[in-house]
Amino acid sequence: MSAALDLALCALILGVGLASMAGRGVFRAAIFFITYGLLVAIGWARLGAYDVALAEAAIGSGLTGVLLLAAHGRLRRLRAAAESLSRFNLPAAIAGGGVALSFGWAWFALPVPRAPDLTYALPQAGVGNPVTAVLLNFRAWDTLVESIVLLAALIGVWMMARDADWDAPLGLRYHARPSGVLASFGRILPPVGLIFGVYLVWAGAESTGGAFQGGTVLAAVGLVAMMAGIMRPPRVAQGAWRAALVLGPVVFLGSGLAGAALGAGFLTLPEALAKPAILTIEAALTVSIAVTLALLVLGPPDEGGQQA
Amino acid sequence: MADLATYILTASGLVFFIAGTVGLIRFPDTFSRLHALTKADNLGLGLIAGGVAFQTETWAQLAMLTLIWVLALLAAGTVAQLVARAALSTPEQK
Amino acid sequence: MSLTIFALTGAALIGLGVYGLLARLHLLRRIIAFNLIGSGLFLFFGATGARGEILDPIPQALIITGIVVALSASALAVGLVVALAQGSGRASLPEDEDAEGRAP
Repeated sequence: MSAALDLALCALILGVGLASMAGRGVFRAAIFFITYGLLVAIGWARLGAYDVALAEAAIGSGLTGVLLLAAHGRLRRLRAAAESLSRFNLPAAIAGGGVALSFGWAWFALPVPRAPDLTYALPQAGVGNPVTAVLLNFRAWDTLVESIVLLAALIGVWMMARDADWDAPLGLRYHARPSGVLASFGRILPPVGLIFGVYLVWAGAESTGGAFQGGTVLAAVGLVAMMAGIMRPPRVAQGAWRAALVLGPVVFLGSGLAGAALGAGFLTLPEALAKPAILTIEAALTVSIAVTLALLVLGPPDEGGQQA
Repeated sequence: MADLATYILTASGLVFFIAGTVGLIRFPDTFSRLHALTKADNLGLGLIAGGVAFQTETWAQLAMLTLIWVLALLAAGTVAQLVARAALSTPEQK
Repeated sequence: MSLTIFALTGAALIGLGVYGLLARLHLLRRIIAFNLIGSGLFLFFGATGARGEILDPIPQALIITGIVVALSASALAVGLVVALAQGSGRASLPEDEDAEGRAP
């Protein structure tokens, strides 16, 4: 029964993935990709990876979807959104088929990996959720560099701004009627979303959740509030927003150096301090992740002026 | 008893979802499609949430389920309004 | 059984993404194809990590990291595509247009 369910789910995932690659029109492709992300999130839940399911639904489907739809809107204004129908491309099909077949072969041919036994290490990590323990303690190095990668991507996005637009608010202007449905939605959602985002971070220590999932919820709340006209989009030059961007990496780096100073080693948390240290890092990281993700999706400052 | 209620409620929820999906595919224009989606699917979601509610073990789970349902309802209604407004301003696009 | 289904789905998705990346010319479509490759890889990797006797949290943590990095790479790519469209009025690479003979 459960294998039948997984088979149907995977057929759906493949079908929707195919639909996002075939056919005409990038708008349609973006919509299919959002649906695809939600189905993959169900797949992760079926695999028992609930943290990944949340991240996929929130980031892989939700934020990426907003990003793609906003990009389509911008390209349509620039008259670059139209797409010609492409013919079947045999060399590309051979390449894709070859890659797929070699991965399939690898699955059956390679030995089954052995998961490391964390039963002894986990009680020293300070948190009960093994995924959070890996992210913020055992492999904290990865997460530190990742938070810096996020910042680098945002700086890269900002580089695309034209000089004349540099002082403009980030992203395109949204025109929501002050008494319209979107404005009411933008007023109702933030209180609930803020509580839920903070809850996800807090819950992530022991059960499903974490800084990335919670931060994404907060970023989404901010985006909805900006689209609804409740909140003004930030500007590049505003110091408070810049401080929020670097807060997480700075606290993370600082606690890593503190670990080195205490003699435990860089990014190594002493067992007694692990739980408060992880919660502090996660809180700071959540703020930075939320702001960085929201600004990444908003895009560079754009006064809405096009050359065409 | 609780299982029976779950079966009946989720099954009838699925019927509404199928009806809504058929409407989405078969109806000719944006407004009638929205009609099918918002009405049939919201009712279907409510029935499924009601069915799952019989399986909850704690009040917290029930509260979260209710929250999910209310938020989905709110989002669906808002999005339907926005899509309809966008469709009004560009009548040619299907 | 289920793990094999998910892993093979992941493999097929990677292949599909590679096809889209090579065959489709519109750059927004290529960004979607790139994301498809990424999520197929994650699915394959996640299924591999669930293969042993216990669910391995390390692949899960790496996949969450990967999802976030994929979003930031996509945002950067979208920024580049919009900048290209602002400059040239199209959203495909010049060499592809020559091969196709017309603007996509």
